Amino acid sequence: MTTIETSTPLAVESSSPPVRPSASPGRVAFRQFLRSPSGVCGACLLILIVLGTAIGPVVYPVDPLDLVGGPFTAPSADAWLGTDYLGRDVLAGLIYGGRASLAVGAVAALITIAIGLTVGALSGFFGGAIDAALVKITEFFQILPPLLFAMVLVTLFGQKLTTITLAIGAVSWTSAARLTRAEFMRLRNLDFVKASRAAGAGDAYLILRVLLPNALPPVIVSATLAIGVAILFEGGLSFLGLGDPNTMSWGLMLGQNRNYVLDAWWAVIFPGAAIFLAVLSISLVGDGVNDAINPRLRRRM
Amino acid sequence: MSTLLKVENLSVGMRGSTGVVVPVLENLSFAVEAGRTMALVGESGCGKSMTALAIMRLLPEDFVVTSGRILLEGEDILSASPKRMRSLRGNGISMIFQEPMTALNPLFTVGDQIGEVLRWHSGVGLAEAEQQAIALLRAVQIPAPEQRVKAYPHQLSGGMRQRVMIAMALAGRPKLLIADEPTTALDVTVQAQIFDLLADLQKETKTAIVLITHDLGAVAELADDISVLYAGRCIESGDADSVVSHPCHPYTRGLLDCVPQLKLGPRPPQAWSDLAEIAGMVPPLGARGPDCAFLARCREASELCRSRLQPALEPITDDHAVSCWRKSELAA
Ligand SMILES: Nc1ncnc2c1ncn2[C@@H]1O[C@H](COP(=O)(O)OP(=O)(O)OP(=O)(O)O)[C@@H](O)[C@H]1O
Ligand code: SF4
Ligand SMILES: [Mg+2]
Repeated sequence: MTTIETSTPLAVESSSPPVRPSASPGRVAFRQFLRSPSGVCGACLLILIVLGTAIGPVVYPVDPLDLVGGPFTAPSADAWLGTDYLGRDVLAGLIYGGRASLAVGAVAALITIAIGLTVGALSGFFGGAIDAALVKITEFFQILPPLLFAMVLVTLFGQKLTTITLAIGAVSWTSAARLTRAEFMRLRNLDFVKASRAAGAGDAYLILRVLLPNALPPVIVSATLAIGVAILFEGGLSFLGLGDPNTMSWGLMLGQNRNYVLDAWWAVIFPGAAIFLAVLSISLVGDGVNDAINPRLRRRM
Repeated sequence: MSTLLKVENLSVGMRGSTGVVVPVLENLSFAVEAGRTMALVGESGCGKSMTALAIMRLLPEDFVVTSGRILLEGEDILSASPKRMRSLRGNGISMIFQEPMTALNPLFTVGDQIGEVLRWHSGVGLAEAEQQAIALLRAVQIPAPEQRVKAYPHQLSGGMRQRVMIAMALAGRPKLLIADEPTTALDVTVQAQIFDLLADLQKETKTAIVLITHDLGAVAELADDISVLYAGRCIESGDADSVVSHPCHPYTRGLLDCVPQLKLGPRPPQAWSDLAEIAGMVPPLGARGPDCAFLARCREASELCRSRLQPALEPITDDHAVSCWRKSELAA
């Protein structure tokens, strides 16, 4: 139905590269990620850890809360990684506790990013009074010491895994919000945003389709890292005795056995190592994501 | 000819950090006839882009319209609601930007971006939008549009992207297209192609064009009318042939003197920005006095000019107006 038709085609400059179908930004970034050694190592390690917690019970069907033997049994054929101060199986604890720790990490990171993106996007897009108010709120949350604040929340609302997850999300979204706000402010003045507006784009389209996707790269990197931070956080809370006593997690194992580290190193070292490896693998993945996204950013700008 | 856009005594100011409003545009008036091309000409910093953005109601945050009216088919768009303004953008007026490399969203295909505009303004579905996007790409003479519709901006050259921008700007079937230095970022051969394309499209669609440019060669060829801006004021305006062949304002004369080979066709923009023949610089924002803005650089300045305020833009013939105290002497 377009009536715009021009009869005489001009000689158009031939310098344009041919159209490659696989040039979508997501695929380009993924290929780049596969070229980052740290990213690939981290991803492999992380997949191993996740697989271990997923199929572990099949290979090693032991209930982590059962008392399988005497306390402080050294690693043996019966209990591969020994037992803890109550006589519970450490390996079973690692498997089931890993599920809880990783889930807390992932969900808390999601909450962190969801709050951070929303607050940062509204703040950076609308500016003015909305921005001023949201910045005040962000600053308020930022000056609270996060661990202390999370402890208060958990004490107030109960030592349950859901509360702990929400508390971690509630105390750690501020940096994602600031990051998103800064990106929105930078992007807001770019030509393609003005051009979209000039073509009649509404606020929702501008926020969701124009600004958000372009603001996402650094947020994705920080989201990856947020998972690791949340796992550490859960560990820290449990270590301080504020974990969920009814759900096995790496932090809980560490917290409950730390006083007996000289009698039974295995009950402390193994969960500690699990946390370390999980956080390490996530940081490596974050590194790889950063490598995958940033060269593209630089080329594009 | 009916008047499509009428800008009346438009003044725009920039609010500084201290709250003082510094004038950026002063008392600007011009009109654009339906289906015709008006050129806005002037040195860098004289306020051409701000004029365009004021018409789009897309001025940067610190900039405010301090007085005047902007009428699109008689409707005052300065008092239009945000909702009304959104539907006017793209459909009533649209704009193409100077820098094609950054004026497209890098994360979506050009088909997506053109299709989106089509869907806002004509409510077509996804599949139909893609077909129309291909037709538009063909109309702006992009080869193999069926494939290019799936290309990301970084896969296209500057000239191609500017064509995509033009397609996107035309997708809402605007009555007025503002082209803010559409070729400055492109090399010379491509510049000529883009100007030809604009002229061809205008013949087809009867879209009025406000062409902002440094390229007086293109102005002489394409424009029906010209407004020359200096330091945020319109100092000469009128029929393009009349202004180019009989410039009266010393500044317009200076501009034209800078392009001695005007008749040899378009010239690279560098030749423009030096303005070798006009000594001095445009007075910076906030340093503009109440007297003739060009006084400090004017070779024709007399005692009379120094003792008076900014001259009004007054007609010297039916289709030619000049803002200069000595216009009658200079026109003679
Ligand atoms: N974002 C901004 N903040 C502050 N001042 C600005 C901004 N953009 C433009 N200006 C000032 O406003 C005035 C008018 O600028 P404008 O962009 O309209 O000039 P122009 O005629 O389009 O110039 P050019 O040919 O360089 O595009 C200039 O003095 C410029 O310095
Ligand atoms: S009014 Fe005087 S100073 Fe101004 S342009 Fe005319 S001659 Fe020059
Ligand atoms: Mg400009």
